[in-house]
Amino acid sequence: MARPIVPVPDPATQPFWDACNEGKLIVQYCSVCDRRQFPPEAACRDCGFNFHLTWQETSGRAKIVGYSITYDSRLVQWHPLQPFLNVIVALEEDPVINFHTNLIDDFGTNLSEEPDIPIGATCEVQFVEAEPGRMIPEWKLVK
Amino acid sequence: MARPIVPVPDPATQPFWDACNEGKLIIQYCSVCDRRQFPPEAVCRDCGFNFHLTWQETSGRAKIVGYSITYDSRLVQWHPLQPFLNVIVALEEDPVINFHTNLIDDFGTNLSEEPEIPIGATCEVQFVEAEPGRMIPEWKLA
Amino acid sequence: MAREVNWERNHDPVGIWNGRGKAALIARGHSPTDRRWDGESLDKSLGAFMMIAVQNALDDAGITIDDVDGIIGSAGGQPGGAPLSDVWGPRPYFDPPYDSEDGLTHVTGQWLRQQMGFKNIKYINNHGDPIWNLIGQAAQAIADGRAETVVVTYPNGNLPGRYHQDPTNEARGPAVWPNTWGWGLSGQGFTFNQYCQKYGTNHDRMAPFVVQERKNGLLWEHSYYAQHEPGEFTEEDYLNGRMIARDLSIFDCDRPVLAAAAYIMTTAEKAKDMKQTPVYIWDHTESLFSPRSLVQTIDDTEEWTDIQAQRSYNGSGITADDIDVFAPYDGFAVFTQYYIEAWGWRGVKRGEAHDFYAGDISLKGPNPLNSGGGNMGTGRMRTVFITDPLEQLQNRAGERQITGRAEIAVSHGVLPVRAATVVRSTTPG
Repeated sequence: MARPIVPVPDPATQPFWDACNEGKLIVQYCSVCDRRQFPPEAACRDCGFNFHLTWQETSGRAKIVGYSITYDSRLVQWHPLQPFLNVIVALEEDPVINFHTNLIDDFGTNLSEEPDIPIGATCEVQFVEAEPGRMIPEWKLVK
Repeated sequence: MARPIVPVPDPATQPFWDACNEGKLIIQYCSVCDRRQFPPEAVCRDCGFNFHLTWQETSGRAKIVGYSITYDSRLVQWHPLQPFLNVIVALEEDPVINFHTNLIDDFGTNLSEEPEIPIGATCEVQFVEAEPGRMIPEWKLA
Repeated sequence: MAREVNWERNHDPVGIWNGRGKAALIARGHSPTDRRWDGESLDKSLGAFMMIAVQNALDDAGITIDDVDGIIGSAGGQPGGAPLSDVWGPRPYFDPPYDSEDGLTHVTGQWLRQQMGFKNIKYINNHGDPIWNLIGQAAQAIADGRAETVVVTYPNGNLPGRYHQDPTNEARGPAVWPNTWGWGLSGQGFTFNQYCQKYGTNHDRMAPFVVQERKNGLLWEHSYYAQHEPGEFTEEDYLNGRMIARDLSIFDCDRPVLAAAAYIMTTAEKAKDMKQTPVYIWDHTESLFSPRSLVQTIDDTEEWTDIQAQRSYNGSGITADDIDVFAPYDGFAVFTQYYIEAWGWRGVKRGEAHDFYAGDISLKGPNPLNSGGGNMGTGRMRTVFITDPLEQLQNRAGERQITGRAEIAVSHGVLPVRAATVVRSTTPG
């Protein structure tokens, strides 16, 4: 199922989206700061330079930090899917790194009642086609 | 005579360089700030917006504010011309507006001794071909 | 005209402000408050409203435009002073002076100078935002001698159509991360939900606070609600509010309105000769943070607000017990508990704000929180956070005048991530 809004890569994010298309979830890593960084930026937010920034593949495993439900979005393209579930997950190997996501299995489910979302539960990344040729990461609960 | 370094226009400066190619010296003017602006920018540096920015033709007449002599430039392309003369001129109708220039008549003259530059003297703009099809403003003593 | 770039007091340790007591806030002026500009009526454009507000402020101070030598303002009330129109699209233009957006949906100091005929202006700055920062910026400019008598302008617009709706199906820049997965305002509710989980509270417990704010706001003549919807707002109304996102209802979101306000600030010396009692600026401090990753977590929020509260205490030399008038921002309403707890006003500690709301926060009680009504009681004007404490300290708040001491006021806004605090007093200090 396509997604209502698709991301447009820019120079800083292009490698991230290219990796998504190859089924890999990568984040930036600054070796001098010993610090992962997401979202991608032109420079490390800590030291301010790009000298030590590389890309690092992640496990893709993450834990649910919390969630929200959107009833009336300012994003018009999402209106047909309301109310829908929004989830925040934290990378298993580095919980400072968070991702917005939808839970794949619930995507497009029109929520009629408060869902039972297990905070802290482990999820795995999967890549879904937001539009032809453009994969984005989403997470699903590990059963 | 060509120039060692040629300017590359960007969106903010394109009208300025186009006007140079037509033999006109234009600068920006913000009507709400009542203020001329050079170099060209995307917005007025005073109010911060582009709503009131227009282009205004100038007289091209300017007075010499001061000068320098370069003996050892960090611009490698200029090395063959060292030591050479650099002049700053101020627009006659608005002395806040300054331009870097070379004095056309002295361009390429290898200065063997301290030149005699008349501070405050009036100059007129002329356009010289920095490379084929790219005119830049320079000044000469009136 | 020189323009200073780094005027903020945003690096610890900030000591007691060396401008303390040098600048005074004297007077305020407001325009009418409308829901929206219709895009056509030139007597109701943001420029027209701004001119009304400036004239009212001058009259309130008992001075004329010839006494003013500085204009400091936000051109449009949008982040960075951006004009509304760039956000919401172009419109047909009118004859001069309304032949650009300046004067319609945003208002520069230069436009005001031209239209109102200010003759003695030596300093203009349009680059502050929002109102808390502008008051600090003006106080700093006066303390530094860049200007002596400044009019601070805050035009805040709203246009036809739904507020900030985004129709695009592509996301670019920073918007990529929330929008691709449908996070719009969900983030505000998300952080608040974390707060509720951390401290065992819930959204319904916000009701007494929002209801009290509306009551206070209805007593302020410039409030959108006082002018257009003066009916009672009950806890039941709040609890039945349409949900925007989980733990964020329509009644936690400030109603966008069209309004302008202006303030007269001057040197302590000149203030003595003006019509109103001087209220002195004791301190201004600012902060700008960035989240560790994507979302503003409750941990980020508490860390940031703690830093800013301590910065403000260090800069002003006051303690929580000194704060008579406390005006923490509330647009969104789910922000306010972070601020009350960070400042520890009335001894409220982390996690206790909702208990505090359940107690007596009435206007005439011992804890008159946001005596002006905040944005929830007035609309998305933001200026009540400056005007109400001014009137309280000048003892001219009328029906809203609090019953206790009103000598020191703290106004704080706008977001946990980007904040500014102004401390004011009836004495130079």
